[in-house]
Amino acid sequence: MKRVYAREEVCAGCKLCEVYCATAHSEYPSSILKAFQRQETRPVARILVEVDQPLTFALQCRHCEEADCTQGCITGAMTKDPETGIVTNDESRCVGCWTCVLVCPYGAIKRDESGHKVASKCDLCSNNDTNPICVQKCPNNALIFAEISKGGD
Amino acid sequence: MLREGEIRIPSGCAISGIVNKQGVRFSGRDVIKSIALMHDRSNGLGGGFAAYGIYPEYAEHYAFHMYYDDITIKDYTEEFLSSRFNIAESHEIPTKKVASIKNSPIVWRYFVKPKSEFIDEDCGCDEFVMKIVMMINAKFDGAFVASSGKNMGAFKGVGYPEEIGEFFRLDEYKGYIWTSHGRFPTNTPGWWGGAHPFTLLDWSIVHNGEISSYGANKRYLEMFGYQLSLQTDTEAITYAFDLLVRKHGLDIETACSVLAPPFWRNMERMEPAKKEMYTALRAVYGNLLLNGPFSIILGTSKGIVALNDRIKLRPLVAATKGDNLYVSSEESAIREICPSPDNVWTPKGGEPVIGMLEKEETRDAYQYATA
Amino acid sequence: MPISMQLPDYLVDRDPNRCITCKVCVNQCANDVHHWDKDVDSVIAEEEKCVNCHRCVIYCPTHALKIRRNPTEYKENHYWNSSTIRGIDRQAEGGGVLLTGMGTDKPIPIYWDRLFLNASQVTNPSIDPLREPMEIRTYLGSKPDNVIIKDGKLIKELPPQLVLDAPIMFGALSFGAISLSAVKSLAKAATDCGVMWNTGEGGLHRDVYEYGKNCIVQVASGRFGVDAEYLNAGSAIEIKIGQGAKPGIGGHLPGEKVGEEVSKTRMIPVGSDAISPAPHHDIYSIEDLRQLIYALKEATRYTKPVSVKVSAVHNVAAIASGIVRAGADIVAIDGVRGGTGAAPLRTRDSVGIPAELALAAVDSRLRQEGIRNQASLVIAGGIRNSSDIVKAIALGADACYIGTAALITMGCRMCQTCYTGKCNWGICTQDPKLVKRLNPEIGAQRLTNLIHAWSHEIKELLGGMGINALESLRGNRLMLRGVGLSETEYRILGILPAGE
Ligand code: SF4
Ligand code: SF4
Ligand code: SF4
Ligand code: SF4
Repeated sequence: MKRVYAREEVCAGCKLCEVYCATAHSEYPSSILKAFQRQETRPVARILVEVDQPLTFALQCRHCEEADCTQGCITGAMTKDPETGIVTNDESRCVGCWTCVLVCPYGAIKRDESGHKVASKCDLCSNNDTNPICVQKCPNNALIFAEISKGGD
Repeated sequence: MLREGEIRIPSGCAISGIVNKQGVRFSGRDVIKSIALMHDRSNGLGGGFAAYGIYPEYAEHYAFHMYYDDITIKDYTEEFLSSRFNIAESHEIPTKKVASIKNSPIVWRYFVKPKSEFIDEDCGCDEFVMKIVMMINAKFDGAFVASSGKNMGAFKGVGYPEEIGEFFRLDEYKGYIWTSHGRFPTNTPGWWGGAHPFTLLDWSIVHNGEISSYGANKRYLEMFGYQLSLQTDTEAITYAFDLLVRKHGLDIETACSVLAPPFWRNMERMEPAKKEMYTALRAVYGNLLLNGPFSIILGTSKGIVALNDRIKLRPLVAATKGDNLYVSSEESAIREICPSPDNVWTPKGGEPVIGMLEKEETRDAYQYATA
Repeated sequence: MPISMQLPDYLVDRDPNRCITCKVCVNQCANDVHHWDKDVDSVIAEEEKCVNCHRCVIYCPTHALKIRRNPTEYKENHYWNSSTIRGIDRQAEGGGVLLTGMGTDKPIPIYWDRLFLNASQVTNPSIDPLREPMEIRTYLGSKPDNVIIKDGKLIKELPPQLVLDAPIMFGALSFGAISLSAVKSLAKAATDCGVMWNTGEGGLHRDVYEYGKNCIVQVASGRFGVDAEYLNAGSAIEIKIGQGAKPGIGGHLPGEKVGEEVSKTRMIPVGSDAISPAPHHDIYSIEDLRQLIYALKEATRYTKPVSVKVSAVHNVAAIASGIVRAGADIVAIDGVRGGTGAAPLRTRDSVGIPAELALAAVDSRLRQEGIRNQASLVIAGGIRNSSDIVKAIALGADACYIGTAALITMGCRMCQTCYTGKCNWGICTQDPKLVKRLNPEIGAQRLTNLIHAWSHEIKELLGGMGINALESLRGNRLMLRGVGLSETEYRILGILPAGE
């Protein structure tokens, strides 16, 4: 499947990907200002820029083949779509037990406690076709959305 | 008002030329008729002819056609000429009264050979004559060398070409090459020296067009000692041929490929040796490329060459009939004197039409007809 | 500590209604201007550190930022103006030579803008470059006076030539002064566009050897990174005598910028200052230059043209003539507006002469001496756009170097603090966290776009003049007219006033 890959050698560590991800997954996906100013709680990004200068790269869910989070989920909220391969969390079923947060080997799941507690993670902007918002908005082409057969970074 | 030479005057024009490849000499009547048909391509402010083979009796002498504004400058120039040359013959060029031709200068003809003391290894006769011609044209106010080649001459002035032809009684001369020019300057050149053809030794050029590369051509030629005193394209083209053929030893066809070179992209497709040659020519002589619209007829004692700019922005038609080659701005001007040519074609841009004599000797049409 | 008299040059204007405290500006400003203040949960600025590089302005996702000049006025004084006072303040507090980056920002007359090009009307047609071929290919190198041909074959090969698809080259920008990302961007773009890039005096990094075919390798007074392999890796060699921004002065790359990669490429120890002496210590006269030219030709078996780059100084015409006679195939002249990574401010702003006048003088002189075709003439120092190039060619240049314009293309905002090593755009820095900010693919693409755009414009302008081959414009000063110049300037430029 196509995944988002970080090219740390050109990541500027600007964290704009976080801003756009948070906006896209907020109540006001088309307006940064509204997302950050109108929404009651600060929108949460599902991508995380790891910074240990000069090393910087953006990390998000790898949508693992054998996903620990889906196996550990106690309510069956976390599932992998057999067709697209995208791992998503059904927020209506998630009870915020944070098992997935514990088991994810990449630390790709964040806790969203703004409303009803839910595990918040990358959903590839819910498609496996067009570029997710982080890829679109990265100012330095440091994220690519591609099918790389084995591994890749 | 500034006269030509002090300013640059753009023009439109008509050109026409005939060569007999067997060197048969014929009267100037045909070429006058041909250029006269294109009356509307000129506006009465310039016309002229170059004729080759017209002075067989003085074939080894340089024939100077001189234009003088007045007697004083004539005397002065003659004194100078006789200090540099042995003058075999000198007389007024015969003319005829033509109502519309006014303000003609004093026109005089000399057959000369350079004095031996001026000639050495560094400066042969041709080189010496060229220097003198440039000097007179640049420095002698009121004197102008219209032509200086051997067994050839230029006849030109302010007026329609057919009137100039009549004025100089060209039907009475016989030559194996005739070229002609009718001019449509956008400004009055005001004097006879500015008309075409422009000549240097036995090179002559008639030209239709305006060369946008003139400034580049001029500065390049100046590096080789040419003085472009007239500020005309024709002068630049003549010197370019002189440099390439006479001084640098290129053949005429190669010289044409300098003035109108193949496009780089066409060179890419050539076989390596050819590509290398054209690349070198263009890299070295790029500044001589003639840019902008032109069609020219180059006359030499050995034949004529007609050439168009690379993208054919000016008209040029060619035709053959027997041993005759015709080139002209318009097909009609050829058919006027040669109603049923063997072959008529429109040469491609940048592709020269070459008509060289097939033998050295020349003869008269009359003799030819009776032989 | 005594109080500083220096005012911040700029004010950072943050619109509180737009700031979402995302801290992008905080993490992007290498000058540490922006800070997030936890106590008030907002981002605040230390304005005195701001150099107006626009990094934060462009990266701020909500366009909350504006940088303004500090509006505080000094008492009005035409002579003792604010920049003069600020210069004195800097020295009063720091005590050193004033350093700066990029080309001079003083209002030196811009001759390019006083020159106007011709166009065809009626008497000859203009040519539409979209319909007709329009040729701008350029050969740089020594040309013989004539070509000898026998039986349709060239008898003597041309001396080595550089072939350019457009009369534009990237000027000398050394690795060390600029980042490897910037070098890669230039190298790739030059290769993609069929033009040349220039190593400057920084040597050739292993990663860009593959772009050697489109590279001019420079030999400067410090001889950094020069060995036989280096000389043979490019397509031409340039001896750098001087540069427009700092004629008569050498170079100084501080040890902090000499990291692992720079050290390897320049062949000097890590952390050591890279000092290029002001003169080449083996060139104290023109005959010494000749020896170096021929030593380099010998080292490359006469397969590569040798260029000599000098800054435009008073006697530039005579110097250029000497350089040609010394055997150079290309003479590059860098005018007073030439850029640099670091130069003493006073030198940058007041030594040298404008490129336009130098070019005209050199071209005229070489023609008068009949040696103009023995060398190609490249002009540098403030070429801003395609019409500058067209005018330069009409004045007599064979091609132009662009340096500053190339840097701007890669993102440089002309903040003139290259010498600090903190270039926020990853161009003029060796700091790995900053170098990453310039993605060479993006840099190369932008440069390629620029070269293509300028090539199109050059073709348009040529077509307008009724010319379809660049050779016909070269030295064609009749295509230029001037406005508002003095008699002397017209004479030196060799052009007529508009209307004549
Ligand atoms: S937006 Fe791109 S460059 Fe910026 S932190 Fe994210 S991945 Fe890195
Ligand atoms: S959340 Fe973690 S464990 Fe689950 S699919 Fe993504 S990367 Fe794998
Ligand atoms: S980048 Fe813009 S929105 Fe983000 S903290 Fe800075 S000023 Fe505020
Ligand atoms: S130095 Fe540049 S990035 Fe820093 S505040 Fe000023 S403009 Fe913004």
